[in-house]
Amino acid sequence: MSLSWKLGGLLLGVVFFAAVLLVKPIGVSTQFVVLDGIIWDMINPDIIVDGPEGPSSPNSYLAKEAKDIANPLNYNFLFVIAMMIGAGVSSYLRKGVAPHEANLPELWEANYGRSVIKRFAVAFAGGFIVLFGARLAGGCTSGHMMSGMSQTALSGYVFALGAFLAAIPVARAMYKLGD
Amino acid sequence: MQIILALLIGGAFGMVLDRVGATNPSVLGRMLALRSLGLMKAILLAIGVASVLTFGGQMLGLVDVGHMSVKATYAGVFVGGLLLGAGWAMSGYCPGTGVCAAASGRRDAIVYALGGLLGALAYTLSHDAIKATGLLANLAGGKVTLGKVPGTNYESLFPALPGDVLGISLGAVFIVVAFVIPEQIAPKDRVGVHAPF
Repeated sequence: MSLSWKLGGLLLGVVFFAAVLLVKPIGVSTQFVVLDGIIWDMINPDIIVDGPEGPSSPNSYLAKEAKDIANPLNYNFLFVIAMMIGAGVSSYLRKGVAPHEANLPELWEANYGRSVIKRFAVAFAGGFIVLFGARLAGGCTSGHMMSGMSQTALSGYVFALGAFLAAIPVARAMYKLGD
Repeated sequence: MQIILALLIGGAFGMVLDRVGATNPSVLGRMLALRSLGLMKAILLAIGVASVLTFGGQMLGLVDVGHMSVKATYAGVFVGGLLLGAGWAMSGYCPGTGVCAAASGRRDAIVYALGGLLGALAYTLSHDAIKATGLLANLAGGKVTLGKVPGTNYESLFPALPGDVLGISLGAVFIVVAFVIPEQIAPKDRVGVHAPF
């Protein structure tokens, strides 16, 4: 079963509160950098090195996450893995995503037809822009918008303003067809 | 203990995201195109509920204010927000819902996540150059909250306002807005409309 907006929103709010109560606010996008670091370190072990204060990196940005990259079994990384397990179990229990829908979301197909390559190209480009933007902003929809605004953080409001200012016109231009 | 909490809270988060429809890019596209706002209502309600519980809990002494983590404000927050918004609309996924959608069986979300890994790598490699432009310099004091939250060291935009009372009040506003905005918006005449690509 899917949740009504009322029950879904309430549960989502309780989850965000539980995170702040028990550990710290939820965030996701940093873990893309951590996984990049893990892969990079497999290819070239010199990217994560032991410094005087624990793991470090010659790349100034990776250095901030070097501890998590050196030990992926940490709260932040496992949190995202657990999200995926939770979503996977939920999807399995509702009989999953239909094979056709798995490549081509129905709204996409209504507007852009059946080319899987086209959908994958735009999804890839979208992912690139989203994660580049999220790292520039220092957080994403979870960390800035939901965790940030619920803590009355100014940055959360600035981020949400930027995100919707771009997202609404792009979506209105892109998704005109379909029910 | 932290590991167990990561699995429990993360697992619950992923499950709810999936069941509320956030892992479905068609739901996201219709929300951002202002056609169907059910998910928007859920997001606003969630922010409101989390805010009321967090600040209410702080006032009652049940929530450790030390668990708050406020991010800095700088020009890049807005620019990055614009970029994220554009990519969010294009793909129908944000970072959290993208990885959850990939796990739910959507192959385009796996492709999205690969694009995301490359985008995060591109930022990692260009961070120093971007920093040199001043885009990352703190604005309005950096890590600031709207009102002064008792027990924290965060500066505030409006120091005269008690941050916890303001947090509960804004939370209530989010909840009211969630209930007030319409769930469906009537479709406009779509005849003769062509998609850009």
